Amino acid sequence: MPHSSPDRGVEVLLVEDSRDDADLMVAALSEGELRLYVSVVQDGEEAMSYLRRQGPYAASRRPDLILLDLHLPRKNGYEVLAEVKADDDLRRIPVVIMTSSDNDRAINAAYDLHANCCVCKPANQDEFREVVGKIERFWLTFAQRPRGA
Amino acid sequence: MSPLFHGGRPIEILLVEDNIDEAEMTLDVLRDGRIRNHVHWVEDGEDALEFLRRHGRHCAAPRPDLILLDLRLPRMSGQEVLAEIKENPAWRRIPVVIMTASDDEKDILAAYDKHANCYITKPVDFDKFMEAVRSIEDFWLTIVRLPAA
Repeated sequence: MPHSSPDRGVEVLLVEDSRDDADLMVAALSEGELRLYVSVVQDGEEAMSYLRRQGPYAASRRPDLILLDLHLPRKNGYEVLAEVKADDDLRRIPVVIMTSSDNDRAINAAYDLHANCCVCKPANQDEFREVVGKIERFWLTFAQRPRGA
Repeated sequence: MSPLFHGGRPIEILLVEDNIDEAEMTLDVLRDGRIRNHVHWVEDGEDALEFLRRHGRHCAAPRPDLILLDLRLPRMSGQEVLAEIKENPAWRRIPVVIMTASDDEKDILAAYDKHANCYITKPVDFDKFMEAVRSIEDFWLTIVRLPAA
C-alpha cells in the first residue's frame, strides 16, 4: 500500500474556475475517509504560482494530486499541464484532468501532454460524489505516488 | 453514470505479465468486470512491442486502450518497455498502469519520470491482489475517459 504519511494528511490542488463545480468537488472530497487538505485556485496563472510557491503561495504545500480543469482563464489547462510535466520536480505529481469536453481531440491532446488520466466532469451532485470518490479511492489509497519534495 | 465511450465496443487491454498465476488472477477479475473488455496477454516486453507494432503473429492486433505492465520481465525490463511506449508518438498517449511487485521508491520515481500513468504495487495477499485489480477496473474502465484511437 502507498506510503503517504498519515500525520501529514494528503494535499490536493484543485484548479477550477467554476465556483459551483469547485464547491461540489470540495464537498465530495471531504466525504471520503482520508484526511485531505484541498487547496483551490481559479486560473492557470494562480495554479503555477501555487506550485512554484511564489508570492502569496510561498508557504503552500506540494500537492499529492492535482485535479485540473482544461478550460481556465488566463492560462488554460493544457498550458498548466505542459508546464507541470516539463518541470523536473513537478512532473511526478499525478494530474487528473477534469473535462466537460466530450471532444476526442481534447482528451487525446491531454494524454499527449502526459496527463495521468482524464475524467469527464460529473453532471450533478450524486455523480460528483461517485466520481470524486473513485478518484480519491484509486489515487490516494491504491496507487503509489512518488514521495513529495 | 454509464460511460458509452468507444461506441460501445469492448475496451482492449494489453497485459504484459510473465507470472502465469498473477496473469490468470488478473484475467479473472477483468472478465468479471462490468465493462466489456478484451485482454490480450503477452509474457515479455519484446512481445508487447511486437503487439503494438502489429508484427508477426500480432498482425491483426487491435490498438490497446490501456496497458497493464509489470516491471519485472524476462529479456527486456518493464522500464525499457515503458520508455519505448512513451517515446513513440503513435503509442505515447496509451495509458500505462504499472502493476509490479516492487514498492521501491527508486522504481516508482523512475516509472513516473518516464510518464507511466500510474503505479500499483502488487499485494502479496491473494484477496488484496484481486482488490487491487478491481480498483484498476473500477477506475480506468469506468470513469476514465481513455484516449480515442
